[in-house]
Amino acid sequence: MKKTSMKMGVVALAVVAVAAIVSLNVTARAPSLKVATTSSLYDTGLWEYLELMFEEKYGVELDILCVGTGIALEYGKRGDVDAVVIHDKAREEQFVAEGYGVGRVPFAYNYFLIVGPPDDPAGIKGLGPEEAFKKLMEEGAENPQQIKFVSRGDESGTHAREKAIWKAAGFNYTAVQESSWAKAEEMGYIEAGRGMGPTLLMASEMNAYTLTDIGTFLAYKGKLDLVPLVEEGQILLNVYSVIAVSPEKHPDTKIEMASSLIDFLTSSEIQELIREYGVKDYGMPLFTPCAGAEPEQ
Amino acid sequence: MTEIWDGLIKAIELIISLDPEVMEIAGRSLRISGTACLLASLICLPLGSLIHFHQFRGKRVLINIIQALFSLPSVIIGLFVFVLFSRAGPLGELGILFTPIAMIIGQMILITPILLGLTISALSGVAKEIVDTATSLGASDFQITLLVLREARYAVVAAVILGFGRAISEVGCALMVGGNLKGFTRVMTTAISLETSKGELELSLALGIILLLLALIVNIALYRLQQR
Repeated sequence: MKKTSMKMGVVALAVVAVAAIVSLNVTARAPSLKVATTSSLYDTGLWEYLELMFEEKYGVELDILCVGTGIALEYGKRGDVDAVVIHDKAREEQFVAEGYGVGRVPFAYNYFLIVGPPDDPAGIKGLGPEEAFKKLMEEGAENPQQIKFVSRGDESGTHAREKAIWKAAGFNYTAVQESSWAKAEEMGYIEAGRGMGPTLLMASEMNAYTLTDIGTFLAYKGKLDLVPLVEEGQILLNVYSVIAVSPEKHPDTKIEMASSLIDFLTSSEIQELIREYGVKDYGMPLFTPCAGAEPEQ
Repeated sequence: MTEIWDGLIKAIELIISLDPEVMEIAGRSLRISGTACLLASLICLPLGSLIHFHQFRGKRVLINIIQALFSLPSVIIGLFVFVLFSRAGPLGELGILFTPIAMIIGQMILITPILLGLTISALSGVAKEIVDTATSLGASDFQITLLVLREARYAVVAAVILGFGRAISEVGCALMVGGNLKGFTRVMTTAISLETSKGELELSLALGIILLLLALIVNIALYRLQQR
């Protein structure tokens, strides 16, 4: 008797498990489009705003993976997502050239900012980005306790831009990482290894400088004790592009749905919404739409 | 400190108002981790008994390895499951990466060593006299197995509770193989991680409190079950 009741118990538990899996809605879902997007775009809330509109219009689920540009491209290369939305032109072009992406379609842009503590201990306010970095390095090496910089340090698009600015300022990036500023006991140059939002929060806690896109900065502004110090310079242009993952490498990727997403993002209706996004909450737009064309430098 | 207080108030608000999104995420956490724990128990309890009741070469080493795997970090399992189910990986064709199924598999792997190891030690804890008495009274092997399981049931249930606790509280694997997709693979821990990164500390704390309450309810339920 005991034996049968135990068997029944096992069967009952198995049934419960199957029911739980079914209730997780794995198979009954509408077809889904998986998009890996840079955290700086996600943290502004833009995706949550656009997601429902896209889902209603095309009858598909839009699954947004919020990650850095580095891992987003890796997902694309492995065929784990159908499209990537990122902001690192050099790596995007490489991704397309290597045959992983179908084409690079810019759809909006804004600017990077160097932000820092309101009292600006390094005195970089109003400088050009390259001069500002040079000054941060000089002052930081002398006084790493006061002058701090939090780098994303995660191979994201913003991190790539930071490296580009260091290069333009005359510093090899490894030289920055090995500098007395970074190696000082009171580390002055810090690699956070986190998304844009957390990096800003960390910089604010530490009274440090950081490089940020303006969108995330405005979205987080209320929680930060940081002010924009450097906002002008060619090198600060920040272009967001969408790339459909090529079905040639991974036949299972949903190229048609990905194309719909590109059409959607570059449509005049959505471009207008992107232009107005954030005006109500932040008093100024977070993005400038640029429907498929590279913005003028 | 005000954050903790505000978090507590926020948690109460979210619970009283039955905030639909929070309820949905809590339900999903419960189902994913509950299923993982259930399936892993169905495999591990018999397997653990099998290991306990059989003598074979290398048994001690096997048990040592199982116990060493208690320390396996969830992010390593996440990485392993990711590489396994990524489209470029060996099981990529199943297309289950970034679904709850992948999360269940990851959590099952995570808690398997705990369930196996603790089942074995639970059974080992049963007094030898009981087995000897039963044997001298002419009990069959199967009857002895059942007897020992019965005697060890409190410790076995404790193993299951611990396994469930590890599953519902892990974040590394859930984030990596689930992807924290809104409305599909977002669970309590990944939601807490996201809200914290947004700087929404109160909401994060509130979600943490709700997660604890959830664990408490499950514990009480399992405790009552073992009382029967």
